[in-house]
Amino acid sequence: MAAACRAGGGGTAVNPARLWHFHGGLKLDARTARAAAAPIGAVPLPPRLVLPLSQHVGQPAEPAVSPGERVLKGQPIARPNGYVGAKVHASSSGTVVEIAPHPVPHPSGLSAPCIVIETDGLDEPWTGYEPITDFTALTGPELRARVRAAGVVGLGGAAFPTAVKLGAGSGLKRLILNGAECEPYICCDELLLRERAAEVLTGAQVLLQALDIARCVVAIEDDKPAAQAALEAAIRAAGDARIEVVAVPAIYPEGGERQLIKVLTGEEVPARGVPPDIGYLCQNVGTAAAVARAVTRGEPLISRIVTVTGDGVAAPRNLEVRLGTPVAALVEACGGYTGQAAHLLMGGAMMGFPLADDSLPVIKATNCIVAASREEVRPRAPVMPCIRCGECAEVCPAQLLPQQLYWHARSDDLEPLDDYHLFDCIECGCCDLACPSQIPLTQYFRYAKTELWARQRDRARSDIARERFEARRERLDAEQQARKKRLEEKARAADEARGDEQARKAMIDAALERVQARRGSDRDDSPGSGA
Amino acid sequence: MLTAVAVIAGIALVFGLALGFAAVRFRTEGDPVVDRIDALLPQTQCGQCSFAGCRPYAEAIAAGDADINRCPPGGEATIRALADLLERDPKPLDPESGEIKPRTVAIIDEPLCIGCTLCIQACPVDAILGAGKQMHTVIASECTGCELCVAPCPVDCIAMVEEPVTLKTWKWPRPAEPAAAERR
Repeated sequence: MAAACRAGGGGTAVNPARLWHFHGGLKLDARTARAAAAPIGAVPLPPRLVLPLSQHVGQPAEPAVSPGERVLKGQPIARPNGYVGAKVHASSSGTVVEIAPHPVPHPSGLSAPCIVIETDGLDEPWTGYEPITDFTALTGPELRARVRAAGVVGLGGAAFPTAVKLGAGSGLKRLILNGAECEPYICCDELLLRERAAEVLTGAQVLLQALDIARCVVAIEDDKPAAQAALEAAIRAAGDARIEVVAVPAIYPEGGERQLIKVLTGEEVPARGVPPDIGYLCQNVGTAAAVARAVTRGEPLISRIVTVTGDGVAAPRNLEVRLGTPVAALVEACGGYTGQAAHLLMGGAMMGFPLADDSLPVIKATNCIVAASREEVRPRAPVMPCIRCGECAEVCPAQLLPQQLYWHARSDDLEPLDDYHLFDCIECGCCDLACPSQIPLTQYFRYAKTELWARQRDRARSDIARERFEARRERLDAEQQARKKRLEEKARAADEARGDEQARKAMIDAALERVQARRGSDRDDSPGSGA
Repeated sequence: MLTAVAVIAGIALVFGLALGFAAVRFRTEGDPVVDRIDALLPQTQCGQCSFAGCRPYAEAIAAGDADINRCPPGGEATIRALADLLERDPKPLDPESGEIKPRTVAIIDEPLCIGCTLCIQACPVDAILGAGKQMHTVIASECTGCELCVAPCPVDCIAMVEEPVTLKTWKWPRPAEPAAAERR
């Protein structure tokens, strides 16, 4: 994407709270003015909802319904498979028509198992989860169970199951609510804060109760004063002194949890560690609102706010979208495509990925749909040789050495990449943008990561194969030994039998000899015989 | 002169005893090099290297009887890893041993199976389940794709199919190399 300059050193001191800086980052053009101007809209109920079983980090969910079954809005239709997993709920009432692979929104463009619901237009609600009016009476595990039952996952984009995150342990210092959406085009969290600040606040209170934390900081970027004012008003109205709003300078990728923690506290989450290791827990503001709905209203996660924007859309705005709605319906609700639409992206300008077509469904991780014009997307300039300028290392928010990673990834020498902390790369794309030679660095890193994971899987499988091969060899050896022993025994028995026979034969021979000898002597002694 | 000889002889004796003791005390069972080579091999147990499994091949490499480029299932990555371990130069795969193919899994066309158990006897990792005159089936998650079961089948009911790519196993493509080679 176009206009970008290096983020300046001195942050603007908006609030008295002391702030720090994370390394690198870029100051990007937010491009949210058009979409953020309109209030959150609605999307008409589509005739078909396609709900992928894998909308979250972890194992895909297992279907709990079968084709032909009628389901109600909010009814669980798939259960988590394993600890790291999430339920899927029907986002409207209707009939399950199919459980089959369908294309899902994923960089691979692959198909994955989905539950398809034909809606009946009644939107008949399922009332399996009791609304909890006084959540302060509940314990942490009880609240966690509700969050898990409601299928809540991180709505910032990573879609990590929230209930798993809430099991982080006790004694945390601070809850951080992440309202810093720094990626160009995305403004769903800003609209949420502006219009539903009370819900976010309730979510924060539930999370504080569930985790038994005393303090919460909500980080909102300083270019979103309306969102800050709305949340501050809600906090004042509730009189909750535990929660404070902090304005943070808008630098990409500040919405990354490690970067945000660094800005707010000056502390760094260790490599391969998680924020609870240093006493913090980070949740997106949208996730907090979903938690509030799940607890106080008994509503599972069946819809989310999605920014629909770009020069290719007639009237960019934010929409409250039922999960499973096709992207085409979202664009339709925003006045349709303009003639300029050339690329369709899911996610923001930096980390978004292209969608093959607009029939793909909105999933829990979908925060933004961009129908971009040709001018909006950086043309793929020819890749030039690396000139070792070091710009990539300057902007890297994870303080890695992208150049070094690139050399190894390009020459397919992947094993040393772990030593250079490849897996700390958050794939933010800053190095791509900074590179004067237009090298697609992030793509190399993604390639290297998935390749290394594949090798790890292969190694695990080959370990199993080795074990089985050796077990089989041992078994065959044992069988052979046993057979040999059996044969030997048989032979010995036969030998013994033969030995007996020989003895008998010898006895007979001896007897015959004796008889013969006697006969011989008789003949000799007999008178008148012989020559 | 005599003292010098005595001192040197004494030192030699002390070190000799120490080494002798260490050789007995810290004796390693088996050959660690074989284990390390074996750890790098894919354990397909397919025998394309002309040895009866991955471990025998590892033993042959360690003994210097076989080259490191005879493992098609391992491909380039295995050759490179072996070259690194043994401090040799990597070389291209020996075409005699086969060609690099995507990983496959055996599938038995079950209605055709006559239950002869020949494939069960051929499987190096016991990944085929069945009994005499009973239908056999492959435990797909344990199958290494060695193809050793295909030839013995008298009714040709075993097929090798490529493993489907899922969201979990999908890999980002390697970026295309720039058209003009980089000059450095």
